Amino acid sequence: MANYSANQFKNGLKVMLDGDPCSMLDVEFVKPGKGQAFTRVKMRNLITGRVWERTFKSNESIESADVMDTDLEFLYSDGEMWHFMDTSTFEQVAADQNAIGDAAKWLKEQDKIMVTLWNGNPIAVTPPNFVELEVIETDPGVKGDTAQGGSKPATLSTGAIVRVPLFIEIGEKLRIDTRSGEYVSRA
Amino acid sequence: MYSNEWQPTASLTNLRQRAELLKSIRHFFDQRNVMEVDTQILSHCAVSDPFIDSLSVEYRPYPNAEGQFLHLQTSPEYAMKRLLASGIGDIYQLGKVFRNGEVGRRHNPEFTMLEWYRLGYSLDDLMDEVESLVKTQIADLQWRRVSYRELFLEVLGLDPFTASLKDLQYACRQQVEAAFDDEDRDTWLNLLMSHIIEPQLTGAVFVHSYPPSQAALACVNTDATGTQVSERFELYLDGLELANGYHELANPQEQSQRLTADQQQRALLGLPQRPLERRLVKALEHGLPECSGVALGVDRLLMRQLKVESIAEVIPFGFERA
Repeated sequence: MANYSANQFKNGLKVMLDGDPCSMLDVEFVKPGKGQAFTRVKMRNLITGRVWERTFKSNESIESADVMDTDLEFLYSDGEMWHFMDTSTFEQVAADQNAIGDAAKWLKEQDKIMVTLWNGNPIAVTPPNFVELEVIETDPGVKGDTAQGGSKPATLSTGAIVRVPLFIEIGEKLRIDTRSGEYVSRA
Repeated sequence: MYSNEWQPTASLTNLRQRAELLKSIRHFFDQRNVMEVDTQILSHCAVSDPFIDSLSVEYRPYPNAEGQFLHLQTSPEYAMKRLLASGIGDIYQLGKVFRNGEVGRRHNPEFTMLEWYRLGYSLDDLMDEVESLVKTQIADLQWRRVSYRELFLEVLGLDPFTASLKDLQYACRQQVEAAFDDEDRDTWLNLLMSHIIEPQLTGAVFVHSYPPSQAALACVNTDATGTQVSERFELYLDGLELANGYHELANPQEQSQRLTADQQQRALLGLPQRPLERRLVKALEHGLPECSGVALGVDRLLMRQLKVESIAEVIPFGFERA
């Protein structure tokens, strides 16, 4: 693996730190006029999700991490593992609960999902910013209430529960923002 | 290559403000009878400071000849002091300086420096003048002067002159994750200053009376408590390092020793050895008038004036597009 010295650090660089792959979120060059230069880096541990800051001297170097973001098709979940396929090579990978995290409730079969691989194994799964999912359960719709601000819970085909306007009916397809978990519109 | 890379990194509004600033700086010194000089940018000698890296360029007598390396100035200090020793009087310089590897939100490897020298001025007199100049640009600042020691005691409860290396490392590692080792106390002092103290500085703060190990080219004297302090100040604007001033060292032996010590430290750290400016020692032997001098980052002054976070927003073409 390649090594990067502190003066080569940049946003998005993936490196190994204390045995875990980490991604650099923000790199700042700090140098007092007459003093030694430092590189201050905000990093995310890609396994634990922890975000923190660390300072390096310009002559320090760290090992790069073999981390890749890939777009894979979601195939199915067997309850324990979530299975994905690279549609160009037909290679499959399986992600566990840790790697899936909160993304599980937005995964619809055949959707393209960003899977982060470390040494070929999934360590994180990022759903698309917007997904379209069907309502499988909600209270009956209230006609003529489209202008009022009221809302009610609705269960979607993936099991996710979101607040939706009162006029939404079972069987409708909705557009959801996965970052906030909020209803956007009818699809 | 993105299609917009031909465009300036600063808005035209900011560039107009920049032109106004340069004009008003010249007016300020003109009014005070301080003469503008423009010394060479390219020199046979390089700065001695271990942590300032010169850019070196190859000079050839004709295109195919073997070249020799000359060095771009990192500040006009040496040349201006040679002028002072020759009796030129009060001078200022407004121009480009170059520092290798320094690129970031607050750094551009090529930047505009204002440097000036005042005969017979004490460090306090010079702080007054810096304050006047900055006030012509930014009116609504709160001003404060504090010694390096008072500031460390205030923010960290630590005396930077007496704390042990271990104390400094401990204080740092309480708040900053820094896994490296370093035997140099100044590394830890600089880390504490840049990571913990600077972000807490608001308004315009002159920090003065630095440890002798950070004297650079300032006189070192004994203060009221019997401690050796260097007659140096730094001005911070809301935590942004803006200017660095000295009551100038005039003693040629001391100057010569500092150049040699810098070169030794460079050797120790495996840093490039470049020709030392011994002509400065000669100039001091001839006689440097009693004076104080300061260098001020013009781009940063404009950053603070326009309240922008990135230096590229105040220079026509930032490093990536230069």
